Amino acid sequence: MLLSANHWISGLAETLAVNDLHFMLLLVAAWMTLGFAGFLRPHSIRFVARFLFPAGALLCLGVALLAGLFLASGQAPQAVVLPLGLPDLPFHIRLDVLSGFFLLLLGVAGAGISTFAAGYFRSGEGTAPALLGLEYHLFLASMAMVILADDAYLFMVAWETMALSSYFLVTSHHRIPEIRRAGFLYLIMAHVGAVCILLSFGVLQGGSWQFTFDAMRSAHFAPFWATTAFLLALLGFGAKAGLVPMHVWLPEAHPAAPSPVSAMMSGLMLKTAIYGMLRVSFDLLSIRFWQWGVLLLVLGLFSALFGAIFAAVQTDMKRLLAYSSIENVGLIFTGIGLSILFETSNMHLFAALALTAALVHSFNHALFKSLLFLTTGSVLHATKQRSLGKLGGLIRHMPWVASFALIGTLSIAGLPPLNGFVSEWLLLQSFLFTPQLPHAFLNMLIPLGAAVLALTVALSAYVMVKFYGVIFLGQPREPSLVHAHDANWLERLGLIWLAAGCVLIGALPQIVLSAVAPVTGKLLGNTVRSSSTFWSIAPIAQEQASYSGLILLAGILSVVAITFVCVRLLAHGRIRRTAAWDCGYPWQTCRMQDTAEGFGQPIRHMFGAFFRMERSLPSASDDAPRYRVYIEDRLWCGVYLPIARGVQGLADAIAVLQGGRLSIYLLYSFLTLLALLVFVL
Amino acid sequence: MRAISFVRQFVEVVLAIAIAPLFAGWIAQCRAWLQNRSAPPLLLPYRTLRKLFFKDVALATDASLLFRATPYVLFGTMVLAAAIIPSLVTDLPLARVADSIALVGLFATARVFLSLAAMDIGTAFGTLGARREMMVGFLAEPALLMVLFNAFLLYGSTSLPSLVDGYRTHPSIIDPSVIFAAVAFVMVALAENARIPIDNPSTHLELTMIHEAMLLEYSARHLALVEWASSLKLFNYACIGFALFMPWGIATQGLDGVGPLLIAIAALIGKLVIAGAALALIESLSAKLRIFRAPEYLAMAFLLAVLGLLVHLLLGA
Repeated sequence: MLLSANHWISGLAETLAVNDLHFMLLLVAAWMTLGFAGFLRPHSIRFVARFLFPAGALLCLGVALLAGLFLASGQAPQAVVLPLGLPDLPFHIRLDVLSGFFLLLLGVAGAGISTFAAGYFRSGEGTAPALLGLEYHLFLASMAMVILADDAYLFMVAWETMALSSYFLVTSHHRIPEIRRAGFLYLIMAHVGAVCILLSFGVLQGGSWQFTFDAMRSAHFAPFWATTAFLLALLGFGAKAGLVPMHVWLPEAHPAAPSPVSAMMSGLMLKTAIYGMLRVSFDLLSIRFWQWGVLLLVLGLFSALFGAIFAAVQTDMKRLLAYSSIENVGLIFTGIGLSILFETSNMHLFAALALTAALVHSFNHALFKSLLFLTTGSVLHATKQRSLGKLGGLIRHMPWVASFALIGTLSIAGLPPLNGFVSEWLLLQSFLFTPQLPHAFLNMLIPLGAAVLALTVALSAYVMVKFYGVIFLGQPREPSLVHAHDANWLERLGLIWLAAGCVLIGALPQIVLSAVAPVTGKLLGNTVRSSSTFWSIAPIAQEQASYSGLILLAGILSVVAITFVCVRLLAHGRIRRTAAWDCGYPWQTCRMQDTAEGFGQPIRHMFGAFFRMERSLPSASDDAPRYRVYIEDRLWCGVYLPIARGVQGLADAIAVLQGGRLSIYLLYSFLTLLALLVFVL
Repeated sequence: MRAISFVRQFVEVVLAIAIAPLFAGWIAQCRAWLQNRSAPPLLLPYRTLRKLFFKDVALATDASLLFRATPYVLFGTMVLAAAIIPSLVTDLPLARVADSIALVGLFATARVFLSLAAMDIGTAFGTLGARREMMVGFLAEPALLMVLFNAFLLYGSTSLPSLVDGYRTHPSIIDPSVIFAAVAFVMVALAENARIPIDNPSTHLELTMIHEAMLLEYSARHLALVEWASSLKLFNYACIGFALFMPWGIATQGLDGVGPLLIAIAALIGKLVIAGAALALIESLSAKLRIFRAPEYLAMAFLLAVLGLLVHLLLGA
């Protein structure tokens, strides 16, 4: 059934395929036009939000459709040279399967986020509407251009546009000092990363001074230079993706941004870094070494565990999600690392499996993380609270948001039959083959990696129970929460789109797998053979492992329905509403529930080595006893603050030169001239 | 798919649903004997269920739909798991739906739903129980996955029916890693099913309870379903253990007809009798651990599983 649908789609794609790339460029140009169109009525939130953002969402759908058709038709890559850019450096643009897949991701998730954003932005909050629309659509367009770029020059231009537009979006509430600080940190990290990427491209051109990706593909490198380029790319893209230890900006910037922007940054922008990493390591570099795979694997697993542990102790809902993004990026990098490890050992099928897991997880993360960030946006609007300690019981006042958040929560916790489980299952399946690797001892240690992965996945379920339970369940922790209102219809539409994606991909992972297959086919020359039936996946062989989300979902639903009917028919349906029992203790208050801190306590207890904790405990005789705990990242004060102090010290030392008197500056010029003369003569 | 395999699938599910409470009753019986008490009737769990189904539900005023739906979801996931685990036959139409990793995921789904439901009313005990349950869960899951990893290394599959068939074709494999894995599995099964030494199913002592704390607000038919699901979970874990470590008597591929099915039923009942008695023995011999010691216990289970893995890799290399 799905196969015939596939045939039909590819037939449609072939008839429609005039040139996907030209259409794609038109859509990107249309995004930019929409951005500037806001200035027709710069102060009207109605015009920008109710007209421009929905139009942007339609363009997202267009991008997704084009990318999907391109992937389905199996066409050759399309390239075009734009007459823009510097005189000798025109912009090269190319659409191949890797960029097609990431454009599909961008379009699908972007459509939901833009629809939500149409209902989200209100007047009088932060940046003026027109400016916001411009930044938002430039952000979208620049992400698409990063993915489409086929030379280093255009790539860097788009990359910087992406960094700057998102910086301005993050600081849209720039009157709040913390947000300005968070934005500044983001800007620094983005530029350190960009410099690394630039240097990596500098190595990759290999002395030919040709900055097109085609030239880089055909260049040959000594192992040393290849490794240098890889490491620089890892630093650059890792800083954008939030890989530990370059993650510090992420938990600051994501909470500071308005929720749709957080969703875009976490769901989509991090994926452009994944795209860049894949582009450099699998496409531009022609050789790879197994040590790279080990490095990525270790960094990825550590990031994943680190993110999950820190997410468990957060008390701010958006920071919690930001740390969870670090975790998920770690999982994606783990998949990429495994893939390199398998590929360099000539186990191409398993390499394809690991890469498939990474790509599917990228797609899934874009869906459920955007969904969750958007629900926090609704909660934020309804309650004006970001702190978990002041929320609770919202399922009764915001049933729509609560049900979509439940789907997102179950997906991100990696529970079947939703989509998060599919990618984690694929990743675990690829871990199962690591003992066959030809590296003695290494292949014994890697199964431990699978254990770390399992721990991370299980821990993320803990985190998400905390997230959902504290925000939506229980008693409201503040009296004002009773007046919380549900999301408006545009917000709901965006949430429905993303939640439906989570359920659909969970039930029919074949949809994403068929989009991933050409990518692994091109990068590794091998695709994961999925079974012939449309309802189940069996990546290696049916006897070995198979999974069917659809039947699992249908099974659970039908057993639940049968049980319900049986209970009603055989027994009765009488219900009496009373006060909660709670072991017969009637004086319950909302303060007696577990707080977010309480939920983090076991994690603080077990993984104490990860944190720098400051606790103040009340003594027995305090009149106003207060318990306070302050948790910080060890890397922050161990690595970043010393670097910051070092830079400051260096700047102070150099500032001695700046005497402030003209005669001294003239003396400097004179001495420099003298020195140059000596040097020349 | 042949019709006969659907019939056998149906028999297996119905049998699981029917005898799961009996298994719980048998364990209670053995415990009473070992502790020198007069035993409750063997069929007491059924009577309790019947009684609960006919009572009126007393539902907290603030309970949301999630709270009311969770008992059904729990029961549904556990029945589905029972349909996937090859407790009687390996030729199951539903067995290809989920391999053992997905099965672990299915148990996690049930756990998350129960924890969320426990937090729904917002009582102190409910949230406490939810937090502890999730803590035990996230520590037990890696250990369980390592056990399954070990089985994969031995038989090259994560699908339980294939494992049982693989055992049938190479019964001579006796690997030392299996012993480590078996001990780790038993430890995990005890923790996951709220048994001593992690939790005590027969106590309502406030400060120590985990599983029972989550059920405090449930009554009547909801409680009955949750209890039934709990006993099904225990039954399922026992069957996973049988499939992994003592797959004797299970009707494998090619063994059709009524005869092998009857043998399989007899073998299953025999194994359950022994397993129940062993469980009661373990519970009677050990003391409940403080909640702070639970991570150490589960870390030990995890290390045992990893040791098994390393033993296998070292000896196999």
